[in-house]
Amino acid sequence: MTRVGKLTRRTFLVGSTAVAGGVAFGVYLAKKPIPNPLLEGLAEGEAALTPFVKIDADGITLITPRADMGQGAYSIQAYLIAEELDIDPATARLSPGLPGPAYHNATILAEGVPYPAYDDSFVAESLRSLSAVPAKLFSVQVTGGSSTIPDGFDRLRTAGAIARETLKEAAARRTGIARSNLKTADGFVLLPAGGRIAYTDLAAEAAQIAPVADVSPRPSSEWKYLGTAALPRLDMARKCTGTEVYGIDLEFDDMLHATVRANPAIGAGLARLDTARAENMRGLHRIIPMSQGVGVIADNTWRAFQAADALDISWKAPAYPATSDGLFHELEAALNAPDFFDHRQRDDGNVDRALSDGTVITADYRVPYLAHAPMEPMNAVVRVQADAVEIWTGTQIPVFVRDRAARIAGVKAANVKVHVLPMGGSFGHRLEMTHVEQAVELAMAVPGRHLKLTWSREEDMTHDYPRPASVARARGAVADGKVIGFDLSVSQSAMAPEWLERLSGRNLPGPDATITTGAWDQPFAIPNYRVTGYRAPAMVPVSSWRSVGASGNGFYHDCFLDELIHAAGADPLAERMRLCMHDPSRKVLEAVGEMSGWNGELHTGGRGRGVGFCMSFGVPCAQVVDVVQTEDGIRIEKVYVAVDVGEVLDPTNLEAQVFGGVIWGLGHAMNCELTYDDHMPDQSNFYDFTGMRLYQAPEIIVRALSNGSAIRGIGEPAVPPAAPALANAIFAATGQRIRELPLHKHIDFV
Amino acid sequence: MKLTVNGILHEINVEPEMPLLWVLRDELDIKGPKYGCGVAQCGACTVHVDGVAVRSCQLPVGDLEGEVLTIEGLGTPERLHALQDAWITHQVAQCGYCQSGQIMQAASLLEMIPHPSDAEIDEVMSGNLCRCGTYPRIRAAIHAAARTLSETKP
Ligand code: FES
Ligand code: FES
Repeated sequence: MTRVGKLTRRTFLVGSTAVAGGVAFGVYLAKKPIPNPLLEGLAEGEAALTPFVKIDADGITLITPRADMGQGAYSIQAYLIAEELDIDPATARLSPGLPGPAYHNATILAEGVPYPAYDDSFVAESLRSLSAVPAKLFSVQVTGGSSTIPDGFDRLRTAGAIARETLKEAAARRTGIARSNLKTADGFVLLPAGGRIAYTDLAAEAAQIAPVADVSPRPSSEWKYLGTAALPRLDMARKCTGTEVYGIDLEFDDMLHATVRANPAIGAGLARLDTARAENMRGLHRIIPMSQGVGVIADNTWRAFQAADALDISWKAPAYPATSDGLFHELEAALNAPDFFDHRQRDDGNVDRALSDGTVITADYRVPYLAHAPMEPMNAVVRVQADAVEIWTGTQIPVFVRDRAARIAGVKAANVKVHVLPMGGSFGHRLEMTHVEQAVELAMAVPGRHLKLTWSREEDMTHDYPRPASVARARGAVADGKVIGFDLSVSQSAMAPEWLERLSGRNLPGPDATITTGAWDQPFAIPNYRVTGYRAPAMVPVSSWRSVGASGNGFYHDCFLDELIHAAGADPLAERMRLCMHDPSRKVLEAVGEMSGWNGELHTGGRGRGVGFCMSFGVPCAQVVDVVQTEDGIRIEKVYVAVDVGEVLDPTNLEAQVFGGVIWGLGHAMNCELTYDDHMPDQSNFYDFTGMRLYQAPEIIVRALSNGSAIRGIGEPAVPPAAPALANAIFAATGQRIRELPLHKHIDFV
Repeated sequence: MKLTVNGILHEINVEPEMPLLWVLRDELDIKGPKYGCGVAQCGACTVHVDGVAVRSCQLPVGDLEGEVLTIEGLGTPERLHALQDAWITHQVAQCGYCQSGQIMQAASLLEMIPHPSDAEIDEVMSGNLCRCGTYPRIRAAIHAAARTLSETKP
């Protein structure tokens, strides 16, 4: 990492005003020290040493501001702090804290800069650290983009170290022993002659001294927790005994239960409402027409669902096409149309010349809209009082939630309290907040009372902001057994700008990188190499879905590369390795070859083998998929996965995230899509949007390498290579090249 | 109307069509069984009635015959059932939302077949959806729990 990156992150911690030179945009605001939210509302005898550690006489609380939707964020954040603080995190309380600018995410916007993640050059690195400034301005306390680890790795360990050294300083002042002669272990400061003082006993004194900021985290050779297999998730026992409390499980004595029906064509609103059949139903409290639809309040969730089912509603139509055919027609019309040009971040060699002779290979690809469908449907508990709002919900965007609730209820943002709850999955769904907006609107109708809004599964699936559909045209050329030309164009509605505008009301100028991420930024040195993004009109409102742009572009890029390699008559793994110009990426390809016993044999007696590669969120990931062609269809037998996250902090959870990412990628590639008719998704529940079930789950073998330069997250990078590896394996087994997801439109699976 | 859940008798006053799931969750505040789909597609709501796994979202409480066992009655953090213990050892849960149902389904499986094969696990467990993709560890944990249970049983 360059000096620029380090300074930006470190200075934030102690609230210093120093910022690396040369930042023009918004420097003044960003230079203001960030208030430590724990300093407000501290009781006597409590010390908030940093925004991440709070100690009082009863114990130690670690603040883990990145939300946990199942990826293990709470645990790993706690281990990062505990590693330096010298406590057993299982003995500490964990709290996500209240949202605030001290917890802004310095990394998430970094992936939008126009340099690929493998480019460590000074310019790329400084631009990446510059993007931390707008993040701070926006107060983007966002969980996403596999950024919890890269963002928290230095920051949380440093926070732990500051707290530890400050506690030692307090002990030094009390005992007269120099701080350098004190040690720490298990929540105590150890005195040289024996004897120890509990951290909790030092809290009040530590609060009186300036934090010791001159610290640096320990080298990995001194780690006690991190990097070992013995890092049990701190929420595991609760989750295996039914005692974890998710948002949907909250209960208050005075609580009312609500559900909504909103227009699946988001924003178009209600045309007609007839409540007659619902009105006398048992337990019904109120029916409330809302800006987006109708809310039903009852004394029990099921009764609210029943009453909502009894409503007779028709919706207004939005301006975009009503059917899948119409939507895809718009995407195709924008593809390669100069008026819709958005960006071209890859243009190597001379593609036009390379593709000018007669041997050009062309292929058209497409991917569908996809729902997030986390197992826990969206929900929120809200209580609105005269000048304050309190919210309990699972969200990846607590600051945006706070500000939006303030606006809807007409109170000051400072009077909105957001409690973030553990989530039953998200996959990007909770980067949106429609359900909270609705809950606030409904709670305003019953002031003073807690109101829990629960979406039915059908509401959750049909009122999602899906993964954008897109279409692609690929052209390429081969010569002398090698790939020499690669030209990919992708057309998609803008995703990131729409999202940011929905959340903040601000316009994100410039191109929408998500149209081509996962394709333009791949570490290959194809001599003539071009990737172009076209911005189709805004249609179905779309959002981030696990692995974002790479979820579709990884499929396009890798499958078409496979087609070219096949046309060149080369070995799929060897040619990818030959083209690869990034050492850690080449090594994951090499590793997956070794793990799978790759010998160039792609098809043997009804079996097929395919390789897939994608670098996303800075993580190169290669997968080899083995399939068997049975009488009833394709069975996925085995998947070999090699990844490089720079440094592995939690090998057990890394494996779990890779299992999850592969199963997510394969399951949706097999059988999931949202199709539209009358502006409404045809799919509404798990019977027509399933993903993978247990009997289909292959054996998955994982190896993590550590050759990458920077530490990275693993929540998403295993997703993008799965679909192309599967399609390439099916091609090897059957000779059928499928260029459209989901694959089950063209081939059966068992 | 009366029903017994985890050995405790409850008196409730609800319409007989109300699914057992919502009686448990909203009337009795037993939140281990989860709502995932409401239409027998995900298994998150799985509980036992007289020892057999049922989808509580599909069982009108008026049709209930027998005693109900939920994840809370199977074992507690202090006194884990062998399956819960195996689940923790194998670090199965990610978001965890499906896992009450997975464990209740697995408990019912081991009641019927103490040493299930992979094919039998596939057969019985495939109605329980996990969007986080914990399936490989679910398989491993069921095998491990089966071993533990057979060692501890006379
Ligand atoms: S909620 Fe009962 S099976 Fe899904
Ligand atoms: S652990 Fe999240 S759905 Fe299964």
